[in-house]
Amino acid sequence: MYLLIVTLPLPGSFVAGAFGRFLGSRGTATITTMCVSLSFPFPLIAFYEVALGASVRYIKIASWIFSEMFDASRGFLFDSSTVVMLIVVTFVSSLVYLYSISYMSEDPHSLRFMCYLFISISFTPMPVTGDNFIQLFLGWEGVGPALYSSINSWFTRLQANKAAIKAMPVNRVGDFGSALGIMGVFTPPQTVDFSTIFACASVFSEPNHFFVFCNMRFHAITVIRILLFIGAAGKFAQIGLHTRLPDVMEGLTPVSASIYVATMVTAGVFMIARCPPSYENSPNALIVITFVGAMTSFFAATTGILQNDLKRVIAYLICSQSGYMIFACGISNYSVSVYHLMNYAFLKALLPLSAGSVIHAMSDEQDMRKMGGLASLLPFTYAMMLIGSLSLIGFPFLTGFHPKDVIPELAYTKYTISGNFAFWLGSVSVFLSAYHSFRLLFLTFLAPTNSFKRDILGCHDAPILMAILLICLAFGSIFVGYLAKDMMIGLGTNFWANFLFISPQNEILAESEFATPTTIKLIPIMFSTLGAFVAYNVNFLANELIFALKTTSSGNGLYCFLNKCRFFDKVFNDFIVRSLPRFGYEVSFKASDKGAIEILGPYGISYTFRELAKQISKLQSGFVYHYAFAMSIGLTIFITIIGLRDFLSFWVDNRLYFIYTVTFLFLNLEGDISTN
Amino acid sequence: MSQFLASSHLNLSGLILCPLLGSIILLVIPDSRIQLIRSIGLCTSLITFLYSLFFWIEFDNSTAKFQFVESIRWLPYSNINLYIGIDGISLFFVVLTTFLIPICILVGWSSIKSYKKEYMIAFLICESLMIAVFCMLDLLLFYVFFESVLIPMFIIIGIWGSRQRKIQAAYQFFLYTLLGSVFMLLAILFIFFQTGTTDLRILLTTEFSERRQILLWIAFFASFSVKVPMVPVHIWLPEAHVEAPTAGSVILAGILLKLGTYGFLRFSIPMFPEATFFFIPFICTLSVIAIIYTSLTTVRQIDLKKMIAYSSVAHMNFVTIGMFSLNIQGIEGSILLMLSHGLVSSALFLCVGALYDRHKTRLVKYYGGLVSIMPIFCTIFLFFTLANMSLPGSSSFIGEFLILIGAFQRNSLVATLAALGMILGAAYSLWLYNRVVFGNFKPNFLKKFSDLNRREVLIFLPFIVGVIWMGVYPEVFLECMHTSVSNLVQHGKFD
Repeated sequence: MYLLIVTLPLPGSFVAGAFGRFLGSRGTATITTMCVSLSFPFPLIAFYEVALGASVRYIKIASWIFSEMFDASRGFLFDSSTVVMLIVVTFVSSLVYLYSISYMSEDPHSLRFMCYLFISISFTPMPVTGDNFIQLFLGWEGVGPALYSSINSWFTRLQANKAAIKAMPVNRVGDFGSALGIMGVFTPPQTVDFSTIFACASVFSEPNHFFVFCNMRFHAITVIRILLFIGAAGKFAQIGLHTRLPDVMEGLTPVSASIYVATMVTAGVFMIARCPPSYENSPNALIVITFVGAMTSFFAATTGILQNDLKRVIAYLICSQSGYMIFACGISNYSVSVYHLMNYAFLKALLPLSAGSVIHAMSDEQDMRKMGGLASLLPFTYAMMLIGSLSLIGFPFLTGFHPKDVIPELAYTKYTISGNFAFWLGSVSVFLSAYHSFRLLFLTFLAPTNSFKRDILGCHDAPILMAILLICLAFGSIFVGYLAKDMMIGLGTNFWANFLFISPQNEILAESEFATPTTIKLIPIMFSTLGAFVAYNVNFLANELIFALKTTSSGNGLYCFLNKCRFFDKVFNDFIVRSLPRFGYEVSFKASDKGAIEILGPYGISYTFRELAKQISKLQSGFVYHYAFAMSIGLTIFITIIGLRDFLSFWVDNRLYFIYTVTFLFLNLEGDISTN
Repeated sequence: MSQFLASSHLNLSGLILCPLLGSIILLVIPDSRIQLIRSIGLCTSLITFLYSLFFWIEFDNSTAKFQFVESIRWLPYSNINLYIGIDGISLFFVVLTTFLIPICILVGWSSIKSYKKEYMIAFLICESLMIAVFCMLDLLLFYVFFESVLIPMFIIIGIWGSRQRKIQAAYQFFLYTLLGSVFMLLAILFIFFQTGTTDLRILLTTEFSERRQILLWIAFFASFSVKVPMVPVHIWLPEAHVEAPTAGSVILAGILLKLGTYGFLRFSIPMFPEATFFFIPFICTLSVIAIIYTSLTTVRQIDLKKMIAYSSVAHMNFVTIGMFSLNIQGIEGSILLMLSHGLVSSALFLCVGALYDRHKTRLVKYYGGLVSIMPIFCTIFLFFTLANMSLPGSSSFIGEFLILIGAFQRNSLVATLAALGMILGAAYSLWLYNRVVFGNFKPNFLKKFSDLNRREVLIFLPFIVGVIWMGVYPEVFLECMHTSVSNLVQHGKFD
């Protein structure tokens, strides 16, 4: 049964890809839906057995790569965090899949689209369930091509093509980090198995274990962790590597966007939540993680407030939330991070899907400025969006409230610089994200309408199948947080058993519960309410405000700076993406391959020989007296040398004669002959 | 049957002679009976392939010594014998050779319009020479066969090549390889005069002084590095690939490139261990430069074949990095990557060939939007593109990852720089794929609307099976290498 969880979606994608053309889109949809719905009960049973029944499953199937000490097996490890992830992933992705059947029903390429979706669904359980780093890497990388092909599912759009090409290498930058991290992990203990590595993590965190890189010593475990974190950040769209996210969201259909969010992001945070024992042993890595997480959430929130594309706004909301999860890990509260991830999975599915419903209704219009007043036209979608947004900003006792309440507190009670940094940035971004999720809501649904008559006339609410699925997700975004809170992050819960190891000096759950001042505790909720309030009041004035801002020169600069994502793209494009291919053409191809090497190599040789042959052939003048002259000169020199041999050999090496003779070949006699 | 299978009945000379025999039969058949010629060519190569599989089945994993050994007196008065045998390192190269030749013959089935008989003969002779190279355990005869492979290859490029520039390409190809191997011949003579033999068994137990090792190593390097190809001498490869016919590219990428790295593994590393150690930084520097440099060059190519050729250079330099990390993971990874590259890049060349047959151009800018007219082709092409960028689950991943693991333990800087190739690899592979397959269809340039036919799908099928098999269950391949590779590492005292 445990293996079925991992393998069941595979035949689905195979059927959709290989036999889709014979089955037709309805037939394929039936079969694939069967696969999905069959695979859903299993994680629930697994959850019952593993998490509630507290019995960890460890399944070892076969050896995969085996070379000397390097032994990566095909093994699966099901512990509490795995099954929580599995439930989330399979639940969300099967709902999204069903949604897509309805959403894409009019698309001529719906079969191909289903196949792509299924590939990503089938790769998702891999990184979560693997019992070693290679298995994790397999699932991790496998999501990439699935993403690539689903971005390309509208392959004639240039924007989609660009986003697809951008997505993979940026993804690969992350994988580059994680591949190096895995190599680093392998080097000290000579294994890639999770349990072995964690068991000896404390041993290898001693300062006498280091890597030598460019003749500098680096503390082994810190380097490993930071590298692995780069890998996670690549998946997880952390700052620097986040540039992919908005483009991807723009290229994707809302459907694949939510799949993407549910799968890739899960994989990213899971990577960190999987290895607490080794993170706990490297405080420096933890600090890095905290800073990066906090900055991501802040950056994404500030950028998001000035975006106008519906899907981009949601992308930045998600990006900002993922920053939260990361810094929750950084202050070593992995359980909170996983809890946050689980809660937000529902929101993250709900928001893009409802946005998809809006876009669908508005005949593929994505610009929020061209919407407005849709609340009366799409009441159902509006309700869903509202639930999602309220839950997201942490409206009390909805799903999103619980982690959002806990995380800043925890950061505060850390009493370190990084903790405080995270607390304040986190709180500010709570405000900002509350502001911009409500801004979205107002611009789309409440503001006076700006849309075309044509769109308004064709407007229709979600079809019944889509509606049911949205309702499921909405239930999730209301109740799940409350249901799971005490189980997952309650004080003294034994839910995680030993898998989320927190070293005793980092344990601050009780501290934050009882020792935080009430004002601090109230800050997040106050900020979020304030954000929503500001959005409500300001937004009707916002147009004039922003217009006033844009007309002043410094304001304009700031606006552009934020709107263009702080020019990350521009910097990357100008300094890396443009310069490397320029090098590839100007230097390595034109100057060296087709230039220096070719001239010094084959063409140079053939040219020299040709010229040489020409010159020598000029010696053949055809006049007897030329030959006679050359012969007599040669003979004279030869005899002279022979005659003087005894005399010369004292101070001339015999071997020089050879050079002396050969030199004649290279003498340029052209001048002599032409004068004759 | 079982008696036939007994290892005493398998002989390598039979394997070498089998395609030769086929080509002799082909010689006497008149040109007009083309159907017969084709079927004889195909049958011969298939029989050779099946025969070579028996060697794999009968191969004894537990020993590092040479198996299926045969010795034939050749120049007895100067102590040079034709001495052949295989071990865990060379076994798969033999199988790869025999696997690729039937494919080449199938590729030329209908696309070759002139000299059809000679085409078959050239490939069969090429096959037997290449099997001989991989089996040969005598240094001088290795040299002889190593060089003689050039002749059929030169002919293949020169006759069935596509454009006028093929003469240039064939000339460059010949010039580079021959220039390098002159030094190797000198080195072999030098060894012969010191030890009085060129028998590898004896040479492996001979210790040369360190200065001589270094000299000899450089001489061997001059020859092998051209074949790999290492960086300053790599420019023959794109030229040759672009001009060669599809099947020629397959042989070139699939087998000929492996001769260089195979030579390092078989001769340079075990015979000159100290010099090898001495030259690790040198090799690693060259390889890393090659990986980054050729990957960047690949990004800017517009000729489909040239792109794949340049990416081959990058992959082969991965192989050298793994090989010269001199630990078991690195070496096993490099052998696996060589095999995988033999499959993947050959298949990519076949993909390009399939496009070229239809549209008669290899320039990337004339293509676009093929996904709507050639779905099967696009799926297959996607598969191999992903394999080329070493996606986990494909064969290249296993090789590349083992190599990186091995290299990281030798030198983390090298591993880091080499891993940069992963990113660049993704960039160029996907750029190429996007340009050809996605985007708008260009009806002005693409006039034919035929997807792959049954023969072509049949050609790709074994490649797909091979790549997945190697990626999902590489144990089958690895277990044959373990003993030989660890023997190699032990022998040189590299650990």
